Amino acid sequence: MMASSYNAKEEDGPHSGTPGLGGAAVTKSKKPDNTAFKQQRLVAWQPILTAGTVLPAFFVIGIFFIPIGIALFVTSNNIKEFEIDYTGVDADSPCYSCAKDFSWNSTTSCTCSVDFKLEQPFESNVFMYYGLSNFYQNHRRYVKSRDDSQLYGDLSALTNPSKECEPYRTSNGLPIAPCGAIANSLFNDTLELYYVDSNGTRKEIPLVKKGIAWWTDKHVKFRNPGGNDNLTVSFEGNSKPVNWRKAVYELDPTDSENNGFINEDFIVWMRTAALPTFRKLYRIIQKKSSNTATLPSGNYVLEITYNYPVLSFDGRKRMILSTISWMGGKNPFLGIAYLTVGSICFFLGVVLLIIHHKYDTRNTSADIPS
Amino acid sequence: MKWRNPVDLVRDALRGQRARDKDLRNLVSNLPYEGLEKSKQPNRHFPGNAIKTTKYTLLLFIPVNLFEQFHRMANLYFVGLAILNFVPVVNAFQPEVALIPICAILSLTALKDAWEDFRRYQSDRKLNNTPCLIYSRKEVGFIERCWKDVRVGDFVKVVCNEIVPADLLLLYTADPDGVCLIETANLDGESNLKQRRVVPGLCISDPRFEPESFNGIVVCEKPNNNLNHFKCYVERPDEEKVGAGLESLLLRGCTVRNTDHAVGFVVYAGHETKSMLNNGGPRYKRSRLERRLNVDVIFCVILLFAMCIVAAVGHCLWLQAVPGVPPYLVPDSAGRLDSPALSGFYMFFTMIILLQVLIPISLYVSIELVKIGQIFFITNDIDLYDEGTDSGMQCKALNITEDLGQVQYIFSDKTGTLTENKMVFRRCSIMGVEYPHKENAIRLNVLEEAESEEEIIFNQPPRTGWSMDFENSEPEGRHHHHHHHGSRRKSKVSGQGQKDVAFSSPLETDVIPDRKLLQQISRSQEKDPYLDFFLALAICNTVVVSMATARRRRASWFSPSGRTNNPLETVSTLVKKVGSLFTSGQKPIHQHLTVSKSDMVIEEDDLSSEGIREKTEDLDGLETCSLHAASPSHKESAASDNLRYEAESPDEAALVYAAKAYGFTLLARTPDSVTVRLPSGKDLVFELVDTLAFDSNRKRMSVLVRHPITREYVLYTKGADYAIMELLGTPYAEHFSGSEKNIASDTQHHLDCYAKEGLRTLCITKKVVSDKEYMSWSLQRQRALAAIEQREELVMETAVQLETNLSLLGATGVEDRLQENVPDTIIALREAGIQVWVLTGDKPETAVNIGYACRLLEEEDLVINMSCKNKAVCTSILDCTLEEVRRYDENPQNVDTTPNISLVIDGRTLVMALSPDLENRFVDLTKRCRSVLCCRVTPLQKSKVVKVVREKLKVMTLAVGDGANDVNMIQAADIGIGISGQEGMQAVMASDFAISRFKHLKKLLLVHGHWCYTRLANMIIYFFYKNVAYVNLLFWYQFFCGFSGTAMIDYWLMIFFNLFFTSVPPIMYGIMDKDVSAEILLGLPELYRTGQGTGEYNFFTFWISILDAFYQSLVCFFIPYLVYVDSDVGLFTFGTPLNTVSLFTILLHLSIEIKSWTVVHWIIQVGSVALYFIVTLAYSAICITCNPPSNPYWILQSQMADPMFYLICIITTVVALLPRYMFHVIKNSIAPSPLIQAKLLDRLDPSARERCIREWRSFRGGVHLEDSRSSTPPSPALEIPVEMYTKSTGAAELMEDEFVLNVITDNYLRHNGPGT
Repeated sequence: MMASSYNAKEEDGPHSGTPGLGGAAVTKSKKPDNTAFKQQRLVAWQPILTAGTVLPAFFVIGIFFIPIGIALFVTSNNIKEFEIDYTGVDADSPCYSCAKDFSWNSTTSCTCSVDFKLEQPFESNVFMYYGLSNFYQNHRRYVKSRDDSQLYGDLSALTNPSKECEPYRTSNGLPIAPCGAIANSLFNDTLELYYVDSNGTRKEIPLVKKGIAWWTDKHVKFRNPGGNDNLTVSFEGNSKPVNWRKAVYELDPTDSENNGFINEDFIVWMRTAALPTFRKLYRIIQKKSSNTATLPSGNYVLEITYNYPVLSFDGRKRMILSTISWMGGKNPFLGIAYLTVGSICFFLGVVLLIIHHKYDTRNTSADIPS
Repeated sequence: MKWRNPVDLVRDALRGQRARDKDLRNLVSNLPYEGLEKSKQPNRHFPGNAIKTTKYTLLLFIPVNLFEQFHRMANLYFVGLAILNFVPVVNAFQPEVALIPICAILSLTALKDAWEDFRRYQSDRKLNNTPCLIYSRKEVGFIERCWKDVRVGDFVKVVCNEIVPADLLLLYTADPDGVCLIETANLDGESNLKQRRVVPGLCISDPRFEPESFNGIVVCEKPNNNLNHFKCYVERPDEEKVGAGLESLLLRGCTVRNTDHAVGFVVYAGHETKSMLNNGGPRYKRSRLERRLNVDVIFCVILLFAMCIVAAVGHCLWLQAVPGVPPYLVPDSAGRLDSPALSGFYMFFTMIILLQVLIPISLYVSIELVKIGQIFFITNDIDLYDEGTDSGMQCKALNITEDLGQVQYIFSDKTGTLTENKMVFRRCSIMGVEYPHKENAIRLNVLEEAESEEEIIFNQPPRTGWSMDFENSEPEGRHHHHHHHGSRRKSKVSGQGQKDVAFSSPLETDVIPDRKLLQQISRSQEKDPYLDFFLALAICNTVVVSMATARRRRASWFSPSGRTNNPLETVSTLVKKVGSLFTSGQKPIHQHLTVSKSDMVIEEDDLSSEGIREKTEDLDGLETCSLHAASPSHKESAASDNLRYEAESPDEAALVYAAKAYGFTLLARTPDSVTVRLPSGKDLVFELVDTLAFDSNRKRMSVLVRHPITREYVLYTKGADYAIMELLGTPYAEHFSGSEKNIASDTQHHLDCYAKEGLRTLCITKKVVSDKEYMSWSLQRQRALAAIEQREELVMETAVQLETNLSLLGATGVEDRLQENVPDTIIALREAGIQVWVLTGDKPETAVNIGYACRLLEEEDLVINMSCKNKAVCTSILDCTLEEVRRYDENPQNVDTTPNISLVIDGRTLVMALSPDLENRFVDLTKRCRSVLCCRVTPLQKSKVVKVVREKLKVMTLAVGDGANDVNMIQAADIGIGISGQEGMQAVMASDFAISRFKHLKKLLLVHGHWCYTRLANMIIYFFYKNVAYVNLLFWYQFFCGFSGTAMIDYWLMIFFNLFFTSVPPIMYGIMDKDVSAEILLGLPELYRTGQGTGEYNFFTFWISILDAFYQSLVCFFIPYLVYVDSDVGLFTFGTPLNTVSLFTILLHLSIEIKSWTVVHWIIQVGSVALYFIVTLAYSAICITCNPPSNPYWILQSQMADPMFYLICIITTVVALLPRYMFHVIKNSIAPSPLIQAKLLDRLDPSARERCIREWRSFRGGVHLEDSRSSTPPSPALEIPVEMYTKSTGAAELMEDEFVLNVITDNYLRHNGPGT
């Protein structure tokens, strides 16, 4: 025993590496460590995907997905949504005249009103959206055409906007605030909603214009330069975007908390939409009391100050009224998807069950097929 | 430093350049110039001994490294993209952001390079600062300096066990004979001692060497990397030239052994030393998988271009369809919009930038990392570690690991690869009489069994009494055996690490003399051919005699302990240890030993139990020796027993040991004399006149000695039979006995028999050279030796001149034993679908025999022997054979009974068969053969065969060999494997992988090869999939943003996605996944076939995964799209779930592919997801305006507060992965692949698993590969001139033989036993 232990020691003794290779000398036995890791013998879980083993997974998926799908579908169906296109493409539509002879440069505003009827009352809070179609707010160069530091209230960016804003960076030698194509193309239609009584009198529905933007946008990302007081002074050295009728500090003169860069309509617009057909939150119609509907069924009039030209690029404008649930707006797709996938999984589970009975039993026995 | 004229400096530099470039260098001693400034030093032009293997310097690291990195296409592509991004019209990202990937990759690679370089720097520094002794005139003695201070022209003293710091011309040694023994293991792995001698005629007379007296000029050749060649002469002041060669050169890196000290003159230093010139870096080969991969990368490029063109055209059309100027089209600063066509053109480039990830550049980096990991595991495999040589697996080529999993053809060398290259003397034939040495054969058989079934033997008394304990009583003798086996067993467990003992096993050293031959010798007189035969065995070699007591100890390469540590001290402490072992454990034996040998104490100096066993073994040898020794005292012969023979060729050692067994003990060998003790106890000192060294052209070696009694010049020659037979003069016997026996033909007959038994044969001859003849020859010889041009040719010529008219003494048969588990390995490799070819220089008979022994050929095989002299015959044979074989194959009757065809072909026929017009037919024939044996092939032919097969059949070839003659073949094959064995390191140096035993090939290929291949193949497929799946999200989005190149995912997150979130899992998968366990892979070699040919990574799997990627990206894009369509979702709010969903999909996709989950897998998979959320959340929380225009601020947070986000993630992931999951499930259930079935076996408990494996194999027709002793008669003979070899009778014969032998042994014992 001693002899062998001695040998082991001698083994551990210095051995020389090949000097020519210039490598470091290996000063002990080159015998590799016999550890589970180095010998690749770590305890391992080796799942084999066979019908038998995955069967439960499919049924579990089915069992989970179908109720979720039903819940989503029901929720989506309970959401009330009303949509009206007021672009005025057809000659008989109320806004036809406004749409026809309108451009960014006109100074007078055109108004038109659209009548519509809600068949069903909208019970909870109603969100009023404007929707644009065929408007590629996600165009690469459009998306880039903004200066976030300027919107963050950075004074240097105010006087010297980012190059990305070109060609909406300066106007008449003055830096534009807010600069860039996004701001320049701010949606500037004004929508007002009136309820028409059975006796024909119009009652204006109060539209809340605050709380439509993300809280973080309003309070963190967007700031007026030099605070919210006296925006006129703050934006003194700036020019308004070329397409704008009024300066940025005139967006909401009534409320200093909603004026300038922190105007919520502006903030909402600045969060560029992902898809060419999109909607943006415009106003919120608060539910007044629990026993009356926010928007009872009946006739309504939508008064539009038609400022925003879309016909030139074949765009469409819509006004959307929608209630909202935990899953957001009305979209039956997800519910249907869950239902479908759940059913498919269930079906596949059955198929696998058959396969399992036909084939898998063979594998469990030791009989190995060719 | 003094100011020097720049012109002088330039002139000096030019002179230095010339001096270095000259074919001959004149070197003088530095001593007269000691202390002078540098410009006066005569040897200043030659580099110093400091070495620098680093590639970079601190200052130039960045530029040099960048320069190197930009040699890669991939990096150029990246840089091109980054530059493209700086062009404003096409940029997709912020230009700075686009620099990140390239910077990351460049800096990672630079870090790796820097680290490697730093390691090299450290080891260089360590080497450079190793102390050594340099002579100083000022100090009048040797003073300690560093290696780096050694310069050409210095005198360096090397002490025993110290490493030689530079290439030294040996001038003086402490040995009175002027001999210095060195070990070159560091250099070429050869562990035997080599003898070097001082340059003759210089400074020998001095009792103490005075370097200052050296005033000659050393003229030597330009440095070269040939380790076995050196030419030089010393011009003395009296203008006499003294030639010196390799025999006087101490190479840097060698270790001085058994010589107290030696002094040498530095001829080459530093980078000019032979060992440094031999130092090649790692080799780079391109694996087949990588070649395939590059094709797919081109597919990806095509795909990328297609997608970019789609986007460009789409953008163009979209712009044309837009009426007017919508507010979302941003004009340039001049207010103009580009024309749709121009925009489309720009868009093409923008899209290339946007979709760049499609070209998996990171894949190359990942593959490198994966291969490093794979190599880590291969080199750390304990099963590939050989205790005997203390060497594990070495990977020299870093990038062809996966090729190991695709091997289809193995070309193997025989000697040293399949066999041990440790020779055992088996038989001899003297003067036409055969001496079969049956007792010895029995002994070897017993030993073999002992090796394989140690347990059993250990507990049993030995079956036969082969070891002759003549003087001991029966019980003690038994005890003796007991001890023997016990210690043998122990030594196997513990003592095998003794590499420094070249021939330690009793298997090789001990020979039991043939009884008949002993009697013959005892009758023989002084000038008997029998005596000559054994004298030739003892003398005709280059064996170095060393004493067992002065056993070498390995000194550390760096530590100077070798100098301070007297080996004897260690020995004496060990004596105590060993002694105590003895007294405690095996007292009777101890007594036995001490009683029988008075100087046993010295013997116990032997450092291990193994040594002790040897001594006990040697006892047998001693006793047998004394069988008819006149009166050798125990003491004397004990001294001779202490001898240890170290030979460059194992055959020589085996022969010397054999001679020793018959009492012809080689006692000492100096450059000038050989001392042999005769059986009578008389010591004969032969004057060694010359040694005509072995070379592969002559295939023989000779020694010319002067007989001390007759004063005749006698030339003993030994060599290959065909090299000797044609040189024979009149038969020796005619002078002698007068009997007109034709010794040559008888011996030839015996030689053929030996060869058939698989023995290596050598012929031994003698020639008496007359004084006159010698004188004339000696003059020529002298001239040849002094020549510096064409010296080899001249020297060889003189050798040929002398080696004529030889008289045949006899022949020997030496067995080269198969390495352990060779048959197993070959069977396994064959079952794995690998064709094994053996290419050997041996004669066909030997090769065929070995072929049967290692199960390359089976007894029922049809063996076709092709051997023809001219091409016409060769052509017809080839045609006929091919025709027959084809007909046989096509015959439906033979479907089940098709015999396995094996081809044996000799070198000459091979040349013809490989000629361009026959090549195709030959390859076609070999394709149908299960195994091919090529005999008598030259190294060049070996590589030719490999090349032809590789190119004609387009298969993955692997060549394995151990010697210098295999280097060509190793380099020609796709994978070259070197076996670090007895024959030096040339093969290993040239190889891609180095293993120590042939059996390791089994695990290397079947397990590691398979793993590496499947891992890498799957990893690459996954990588392609991953990139396509992710990038396509961006592509689909282009359809909704007017093909404007918008990305809905934050650029940083996109980059992180590839760089951090999804990069580690595939790398880990590539390194660690295990589809089937090693046990199953070894148990079922058939599983290896999955990787052969196209394997798992092929056109089909690639496009399936690309299609799957398209499907998954469609799902990942369109489910969120349909959820968010016509909603108020923002651009990047939309991108966040997409990014998350694809992360889940991509990671879970990998989870489906991962075959075995270890804790590492879990950590990395879960960690990747966690990292994604942590990084993204942190980034979204911090970045307010930092990365316009994406504004990630609070986006993920708001998304994560939305239940829809989770619902989208869940359903998308499920839908995306459902097809792949289903595909796997259904395939595994209905038609499981062999791998899956094997994996199922893994779950069974071991015994059930074994049963299943057996069943499986029998099902798959592995029966014929099972041991089949009952040989079936050979298959129908072909009506063509082919020879058949069958070994059907061999086994029976052998059995009978054994039976007879047993009887003989019994008789023998009775006769000669106790009485003698």
